Amino acid sequence: MSQTAALEARNVHKTFGEHEVLKGIDLTAHKGDVISIIGSSGSGKSTFLRCMNLLEIPTLGEIYVHGEHLAFKQLRNGDRAPADKRQVEHMRSRLSMVFQSFNLWSHMTVLENIVEAPIHVLGKSKAEATEHAKELLERVGLYERRDYYPAHMSGGQQQRAAIARALAMDPEVMLFDEPTSALDPELVGEVLKVMRSLAEEGRTMVVVTHEMAFARDVSNHVMFLHQGIVEEQGTPDKVFNNPDSERMKQFLAPKY
Amino acid sequence: MYEAIEQLLANNDIFTLSTVLEYWDGLVMTVQLVFLSLIIGLVLAIPLAIMRTSENWLVNRSVWLFTYIFRGTPLLIQLYIIYYGVAYIDGIQQSMFWPIVREAYVPTLFAFVLNTAAYTTEIFRGAIVATGRGEIEAAMAYGMSRGKCMRRIILPSAFRRALPAYSNEVIFMLHASSIASVVTIIDITGAARDVYARYYAPFEAFTFAALIYLCLTFILVFGFKQWEKRWHRHLRPLSS
Repeated sequence: MSQTAALEARNVHKTFGEHEVLKGIDLTAHKGDVISIIGSSGSGKSTFLRCMNLLEIPTLGEIYVHGEHLAFKQLRNGDRAPADKRQVEHMRSRLSMVFQSFNLWSHMTVLENIVEAPIHVLGKSKAEATEHAKELLERVGLYERRDYYPAHMSGGQQQRAAIARALAMDPEVMLFDEPTSALDPELVGEVLKVMRSLAEEGRTMVVVTHEMAFARDVSNHVMFLHQGIVEEQGTPDKVFNNPDSERMKQFLAPKY
Repeated sequence: MYEAIEQLLANNDIFTLSTVLEYWDGLVMTVQLVFLSLIIGLVLAIPLAIMRTSENWLVNRSVWLFTYIFRGTPLLIQLYIIYYGVAYIDGIQQSMFWPIVREAYVPTLFAFVLNTAAYTTEIFRGAIVATGRGEIEAAMAYGMSRGKCMRRIILPSAFRRALPAYSNEVIFMLHASSIASVVTIIDITGAARDVYARYYAPFEAFTFAALIYLCLTFILVFGFKQWEKRWHRHLRPLSS
């Protein structure tokens, strides 16, 4: 059997008004890949990640989830929209996302947050979803906090809860959108530790991050985005120790 | 103390059994009218509030027009227009509905329902719009359809946010219902007016009505407080 990529993006462009944020980006994530996307603010890395689960609709380019092509249609005003909402919903349920600002549902407890989508999107039974959620909470070290509301937890705890929520979907690919950027420095470690353990068990992950140490040590592929194009990519060793691009060298250079 | 009350009752010739019963009937009428108005108004307000947040200009604006009219005019005027206005609808006096709408009850209920629906719609609209963008985005990212996101995430969160404002609306509605008495309905205020007219004792008659309204308000405030305790756990500091 030939290797079908778990997630593939081809020639993704995104334009906001006059401003072209993404100028043709490709990504192929095979099962077990951990791909880090790095770059300075405004380089388009978050937008690119959000294009992959269609939180942003790519102006041009194609997305494939496990070989399945996502169909678009052209609207009368020239914009693009997904051709089939059902397909988008199904595809999204296979890619789960972890957000910079956690985005837990504030009126639900941690446990309720985690079982919500498995029950109401995947159609699992409540008992099964709860069982699974408890295992995941144990794993991210929040079992004791399962009945807390998000507002009653630290940022690090909320982000770990959000990771448990993402895992509860048994996703094919996990998308991380700057998962540690909103955290106090001393809370970053606990989240990275969980993410590292996910990488080690072979989860397919695409991570937009500012954590260079994570990109270097945990991922097997690094993409450096600059002004909407991929300036440099390859193994962490290549990108960090022997980059071709001037931009990448500048990016890595000590700032002060 | 007990003797003092006994003395007072023995000496009063206003609050006889028949007067008290009249107030009781008024109380039943008020409670029934307010309860029905609120329930029907609420059922109308939920879809209206969703429509009010619609991106479709026509849907959004037509609901806006409804709420603008009913929030932009006094309830008393609305009541007069509906109560006196129904008689002018062509053929209504010959129709099977006439015996119902000829009575004050149905037109009054109608006016109250539309009025409270308008206010409740705007309360819910505000609460829906205030739902965190990130929470909606997360719902979308986890594969929920728009409808499911509305049912599971936006509305439950919005209802919680709307609760304090809605409890105000309920209390306002209770007090506003006193104007039903101007179209011949014997509610609490209507009973007070009768007693006033019969004994020429405005102070006693209306003070007694005021006490009944106070008791009803107390029950409502208490009820909503319990409700908020249940529903606002996620908003309170951890200690309480």
